[in-house]
Formats: sequence, structure tokens, C-alpha cells
Amino acid sequence: MATAYSAALMAKLPAKIPFPHPHLLGIEGLLADDISRLLDLSESYVEQNRQANKKRSLLQGRTVINLFFENSTRTRTSFELACKRLGADAINMSVATSAIKKGETLLDTAMTLNAMHPDVLVVRHPHSGAVKLLSEKVTCAVINAGDGSHEHPTQALLDALTIRRRKKRLQGLRVAICGDVLHSRVARSNIHLLNTMGASVRVVAPETLLPIGIERMGVERFHNMAQGLEGCDIVMMLRLQHERMNGSFIPSSKEYFHFFGLDAAKLANAKPDALILHPGPMNRGVEIDSEVADDIGRSAIHEQVEMGVAVRMACLDVLVGPTASDRKAAS
Amino acid sequence: MTASGKRTAYVNARLLDPASGRDGPGALLTEGTQILDLGPDLFADGVPEGIEQVDCNGHCLAPGLVDGRVQLREPGGEHEETIATAGLAAAAGGVTTMLCLPNTQPVIDGVALVELVKRRAQEANLVNIHPYGALTKGLAGEQIAEMGLLAEAGAIAFTDGTATVCNPMTFRRALNYARSFDLLLVQHPEDPDLAKDGAMNEGELATRLGLPGIPTVAETILVERDLALLASTGGRLHIAHLSTKDAVAAIRQAKARGLAVTCETAPPYFALNETAVGDYRTFAKLSPPLRSEEDRLAILEGLRDGTIDAIASDHAPHDQDSKRLPFVQAENGIVGLETLLPLTLELFHNGTLPLLRALETVTCAPARIFRLNAGTLAKGEPADLVLFDLKKPGKIDVEKFRSKSKNSPFDGRPVQGRVLQTVAAGRTIFARKN
Repeated sequence: MATAYSAALMAKLPAKIPFPHPHLLGIEGLLADDISRLLDLSESYVEQNRQANKKRSLLQGRTVINLFFENSTRTRTSFELACKRLGADAINMSVATSAIKKGETLLDTAMTLNAMHPDVLVVRHPHSGAVKLLSEKVTCAVINAGDGSHEHPTQALLDALTIRRRKKRLQGLRVAICGDVLHSRVARSNIHLLNTMGASVRVVAPETLLPIGIERMGVERFHNMAQGLEGCDIVMMLRLQHERMNGSFIPSSKEYFHFFGLDAAKLANAKPDALILHPGPMNRGVEIDSEVADDIGRSAIHEQVEMGVAVRMACLDVLVGPTASDRKAAS
Repeated sequence: MTASGKRTAYVNARLLDPASGRDGPGALLTEGTQILDLGPDLFADGVPEGIEQVDCNGHCLAPGLVDGRVQLREPGGEHEETIATAGLAAAAGGVTTMLCLPNTQPVIDGVALVELVKRRAQEANLVNIHPYGALTKGLAGEQIAEMGLLAEAGAIAFTDGTATVCNPMTFRRALNYARSFDLLLVQHPEDPDLAKDGAMNEGELATRLGLPGIPTVAETILVERDLALLASTGGRLHIAHLSTKDAVAAIRQAKARGLAVTCETAPPYFALNETAVGDYRTFAKLSPPLRSEEDRLAILEGLRDGTIDAIASDHAPHDQDSKRLPFVQAENGIVGLETLLPLTLELFHNGTLPLLRALETVTCAPARIFRLNAGTLAKGEPADLVLFDLKKPGKIDVEKFRSKSKNSPFDGRPVQGRVLQTVAAGRTIFARKN
């Protein structure tokens, strides 16, 4: 299905993709147009990634540094592939080998790397706001690959792309975000994006995992999966970290799964064609039952991973691709 | 069940129902486990054939008592009390529903333990027993217990029993978590650091006796803290066995602000003061401790103005070995199932409370707090009844207690009012001989 619609879309794409921001630090502050155009561009890369020859030379000569202060497998790999498929040189730096371990501050590390003239820094950091702080000190573009419990914009974009391809729209959809919203940057970015695009969002979790004031971000709170999932088009599950499971935020993974784990019975409250998303990695038997996680008709979990590469290619493109360069030269 | 159940008519009674305000002569008809009808005109023309008749001789027929705070000691402490002996004591005391604390061995912090207590209660086949679930795992005060699963299994509310949940973060998260499931938390309000090593109320008497004191602020600070936490989270909180003037004042203010808080006291806190400790009487050693006369009067005022919703026995059986010790080393607590009604009726006899209000504190008020289908005389309600002689004078005699333990400071106390008959689920479970 993607092939047919992608060709038509390619023809409609503007030659230049305006993206009026030097960095991608979060979804908050992006306009619906910014988001739509990023998703449109991503569509073209979905197509490219399915060809035998996946590589283009759009970013030839550009250098991208993936700077990860927190462990990551899928996001880092996804960014690395996105770079390579656009012809850029990608360097991975993880915290285990970085100078931070030797006592260097975040900003000194940033300045050191900046002196090597990268074109993009892709940064993940365990503390909220750290990526923005870094972006203020460097002369290259910065992509936030997740900062603390704040934002994870490329995850929200890939979720949106997955939903839009399956449901053909975002506007008017009812989306339930379920689980550890309190600690989740994925939830916050998704709430911003979905609200901007006209979807209606609800969060479902025990009160201990719902942050104070979340309803002021434009969501409805629910403590009950059956009520929260009622009539939903999209069920977005969040990962529950192991250290939160034993009595601090919830009593046990057993109790959590019983009341908040997504299984067929709870899913039956959503629309019959409701789509299941999960940012991964999944805790089977904690927040999601294998029966629904592996249901290819309902679960878009693997599709999300595929969309991730395309979305990250689009983000690199609009920030430092030829289009962006033209724009910067013109301005 | 009801359609085929046995019918019993209680005639010539003084019907007392605090929930509806009923107080007057009449009759009541039970069928099976339920109340089928009641009123002043029922059986005015006599009781038809085939219905068993109980002549109440003008005595008081009220809802069976609901005791919101009982320690059953089973499993793990069967030498002090069992579910069966506590059931006999409850029946003799007019109590038809009791809530048991989770501080057993092992602790009631898992579904299997809730099911065990429920099964043992069914086997004892006397009064209704609803277990509390542990608020934190092992009552250790750190990790919140599986409240959702425990509630599904039948736990009625959540508490750490005679231990306070001190860590404010744990208690706040517990309030939040419980709110997700609309569950009630119950706190034993005593700051353990302030109460540490204390044996009786702090003050002149403790000083004269040379006993380490527990200040009233140990209770006040915890009550005020929990009220502040409740205000920040929402949810439902019940505070157990109030003993101090300042705590009553704090709850009065919180209720005026609209907080969803309820509280109870226990008979020793309105019937005795710290002087009962007298010459190191360990039977008067309680947690919280018996307080000053000023505090006792404030408890009475709290009962009068409704700040204190309910009275629970706080039944805490202990064997002789736990009490026959130097005061500091003796266990806390007294048995209370068999003295709950006469001591509550004291509040009527001494003019503190109207009769219906006194009864309310041990019937429909606790039933409302714990959302139990109990504590009222009305059509369709469970046939849980107590028939008592309001005026009959007598003395409390611990040797006649059905409870396995006899640790009561009220032995020999003259009281008025005694239970004649107790009916649970339509079945007579206690009837006084002579």
C-alpha cells in the first residue's frame, strides 16, 4: 500500500522543504505545517529504504556525531542508518568511552566536538534540558534523541508517521497513551504532536504514574484501562522501567499487568480496528501481553521501527541537506 | 435465598435505627438472611402461623454493631485469639461485622492470606469478617502492597495496622495509588520517633511514675501531616483511634475545608484517662496511650459535634505473659469486643450523646466509612441485629469474656445495658441465658 501512495506523494512534494528551525530539540513549538511537511518528506524515504539500493548522496561530505549519554540500541542504530543512507559520515560516541567518564563537563565535551566541525550532533542525555543547553553552545545543528523525561521528538514523529500511514489522518483520532507517563519523554512529545495535529489524547495509568498537571497539556486522565481505551483508534503503550516496579510507584509487575497491562480483554474496549504502538523495548507480561504485541493485524510495533529510519533521514535532510543549505544561503 | 428462607418475627421491640432516625415501638420480620419488613404497625393483629416469634419485651432492637478495628491474631497468634473465639466474643458483644487488621503472622499482604481469613471466617460461621490488606509489603512502611489485587480478593481497606506509615513519600504515593482504585487508607497516627521508648502519656503522672512519656504531638504531627498529604492528592483517608485534643481540632478544621477524611476513637479514650495507669497497671497500657482529662473531654466533644465519626473497639488480645511485665516491657492494647456496646451506651447514660447518635457511631457510621452493606434496619438489608436491655445495671466481668484473652482495664466497671440476643444473617448467634 505504501508503494502506490508514495509515488503520487513524491510528485506533490515541494522541491524545497522549509523548516524554519536551526535544531530539532522538541515537538513543543513546532507548527502543524512543520510537522506535516516532515512527515511528507519522511514518506519519500520510506520508499527509498525499501529499494535494493538504499543509499543516496544527499548529505555527502556531512559529518554527524551521535552523542549518547544514555544507553540506546534502537535509536542510535536508527540514526546511524539514517546518516549512512543519506551518504553522511556518522560517528558514534557513547558515554562508556567518552571524556565525561574522565570528569569533563557536558559543555566542554560539546565544545571539543564542535571544534571538529560536525554538521549535526544527535544527542541523548539522561537529564531534561541538557540537549537544549548543549545546542546553545555549538555552531552545528542539534537533534534531540531524548532528554530525561522531557522530549523525544523523532519518536513522536515516527509514531505519527506510522499512524498516518495506517489511518490516513491524525486529525480527529482518539489516542490513549498508557503506562508510565510520569517518566516518559515519549509521552510528552506525543502529547504535543497529537494535540497540534488535532487528535484527542488521553492518558491511562495508576495515579502514581501520572504527573501533576498533565491535563493542562491537553489530555484527559484515566485510572482504568477499560474506560480509558473506550472508543480509541490508537493505543500507545509505554515501557515501565524495572526499577519502578517494586513498590515505589506500583506494588508489583504482577499487579500492574493485571490492571494496566494491555491484553485482548482490555483492548476489546478500543475500536475494533484500533492500532497498538509501543516505543520498545517491550516488557512482555508487564505492560503488554504477547498475544496482542504479536498480532500483526493490530500491532504496528515493527512498523514503528521502520518509520524511525525514514523520519530521522527527513530530519537530517531538513536541517543540513541541500534544501536547508540553500535556505541558509538565501537568508 | 430470601424467598425460601425461614421467617422470624421480633415483636414488642423498641426499634432503633440511627440511619433513618427511627426510635419507637414496633416489630421486625426477617426472612432468610434479610430484613423483610419492619414498623410500628407490623403484626398489630398478631403473628401469623408458621412464623417463629421472638418477644423482645420492650427491649431495644438495633442493627448489629460494626466494629471497624479488631485484631484477630489468626493466623500466627492463636494462643491469644482465634477467628472462632473472636467470633464468640463479638456475638456476645452484639457485634455482627468486624474488620480485622493485617498484622498477623504472616502479614495479610497477599491474596492468599485474604482468602485464608475469609475461609476461616466462613468455617467459624458466626459474624461477618472483612480483612484489611497491608498498605505496605510486610507492614515495613516502604513499598506499597498489591492493593488492587488485594481489594479484588476482598480486602476492605488498607493499613499497616498498629504501625504508622512514616515515610511521607511512601504515604503520598500510597494515597495516589489507592485513589486510582478508589480505595480507603487507614492510618495509625503516631510518629514513631516522637513516641520512641515511650510507655504512657507524657506529663506529670509519667514524671511521678518515672515512665518515659509519649507526647500528644506524636499524634498531632502525624494527623496534620496526613491531612496535608491528603489535601495534595485527593483520595480517601480514615484515621484510627484518635486520642488527643489537638488531633480532634485538626480533623475538625480539615472537614470544614471539605477534605474526604473520616476518623474514629475507641472506648478507652473517652471512658478513661491517664490516671487509669495508676500503679503501673499494664492493662491500661495502650497505643496511643491513655491521655489527660483535657484530651478525654475533647474526644467527647468530637463525638458530640460529629468530628469523630465512629467508635471501634480496637480489640487487641494479649495473653497474661505479655502483660505481666514491668510497664515499659508490657504489650500495648486491650480486648474490646465485649465491652464496645456497654461503654458506648455510657455516652447516652451520662448525657454526652443522644441514644441514636451513640448507636450511630458503632453501626451505620462505620458501615458508611467502609462502604459495607450493614448497620441499618431497613427492608432488604442483612438481618444483622442486636437485642439489648438498655437499663439493666451490671458490672463488667472479664472472667465471663468469650475472648481467649482477658486484658481489659474495665474489669469491675459498673455499666448499664447488656446484650440479650445477637442475630447475624438471620441466625441467632448469641442468646443470654436467665
